[in-house]
Amino acid sequence: MARTALLGRLTWQLAELVDIMAETPRVKTILLDVRGWPGHRAGQHVDVRLTAEDGYQAERSYSIASAPDGTRVALTIQKLEDGEVSPYLTDELRPGDKIELRGPIGGYFVWEPSRGGPLMLVAGGSGIVPLMAIIRTRAAAGDDTETRLLYSSRTQDDVIYRGELEQLSGNGLTVVHTLTDSQPPGWTSYARRVDAEMLAEVGPRPAEQPSFYACGPTPFVEAVAEALVQLGHETRAIKTERFGPTGG
Amino acid sequence: MSFVSRGFRGRRRTDISPARVPPGQYVTADFPVLSAGPTPHPSLELWDFSIVGELEEPRRWNWEEFRALPSEEIIRDIHCVTKWSKLDTVWQGVSVDALLEGIETSAEYVTQYSDGGYTTNLPLEDITGGKAWVVFAYGGQPLQPEHGGPARMLVPHLYFWKSAKWLRSLRLQSTDEPGFWETNGYHNYGDPWHEQRYSGD
Repeated sequence: MARTALLGRLTWQLAELVDIMAETPRVKTILLDVRGWPGHRAGQHVDVRLTAEDGYQAERSYSIASAPDGTRVALTIQKLEDGEVSPYLTDELRPGDKIELRGPIGGYFVWEPSRGGPLMLVAGGSGIVPLMAIIRTRAAAGDDTETRLLYSSRTQDDVIYRGELEQLSGNGLTVVHTLTDSQPPGWTSYARRVDAEMLAEVGPRPAEQPSFYACGPTPFVEAVAEALVQLGHETRAIKTERFGPTGG
Repeated sequence: MSFVSRGFRGRRRTDISPARVPPGQYVTADFPVLSAGPTPHPSLELWDFSIVGELEEPRRWNWEEFRALPSEEIIRDIHCVTKWSKLDTVWQGVSVDALLEGIETSAEYVTQYSDGGYTTNLPLEDITGGKAWVVFAYGGQPLQPEHGGPARMLVPHLYFWKSAKWLRSLRLQSTDEPGFWETNGYHNYGDPWHEQRYSGD
């Protein structure tokens, strides 16, 4: 593990909302302009802080969805109906509004083109977000690392970045979907939860020494990581990021 | 506070004293799982726990010996750096004071080592004096693997990454050696009340 350089303090910065885009009925992407943004690596996250008029504050962490692009940072946010912060970000925020943010944060669940392959990404629901940052960073760098994405969603309408993933396929990127709850007519891909058999069919073999990044809800990531170990993959090659149901 | 988020009201919890919640944290009833890799499943027959490093004779307990040590119930609030706090969590475990009893050491630091390769570092004084336990039960049940079972550290006054899951040994050291998250951008000490989340905080 590379020892990261000592960072200076990550200070809170004002970020301005540039654009907001619906991804699925429950998920939106907010595009922010952060003056002085130092750049980031795929897989990193930011902390967001909201302040009410009486000084009450709420903080949450969100994965960065975008490849490094100057002062622009995209966050893709799933609205939690009983959440405190996500409904504000997806429904209240308008272009020109500002939020406080600090980052980029995290030195482990990160990917850079120099890492080499093959690369296997396993996403459950909005766990796609930091993995999309990897896919976008890879594409922006013109990197052709052999990369496979296995992406589990409930229904086709819940697939985030569907069009862009289709567009980016090729150049060594293979995207395989599984839809667990319902499938559109004529669906020929997987229609069940990710399991060892699916991972063996879609993923590289242990002999190829692949790197894994798995992100999603806790039970999903537990199942994926356990199946990969069962299939004989190196524990240390499996990086996981989980979120519980309480992201807020 | 100069900046105000237009239209943000927030949801204050009226049922919880704000004095119990460190800055930037929110209280959850769930028990989210955070870990960097696959969950280890060591067999209890092969499990052992040891104290090594700067002491005359390393100490080692197998599972049976460890479980025969006097244990206590611990009720504490816990705070994860990912922003959730959970109040009044109930654990059963052996105090680190009991584990270290009779050990003479000049060490000032300790590193926790886990199955799976995780490490985290602390000043030794942060796990002595009734401040830390090696716990094997949560909520009256054996500690589940995803929460660090069979046994994990519990250092509730620091962010929860300082409480290693799947704990297998403590190394007493004279020098401070940053652990897994501490070398990946996170704070070396991690006091939630001073919001020491990241390096430089």
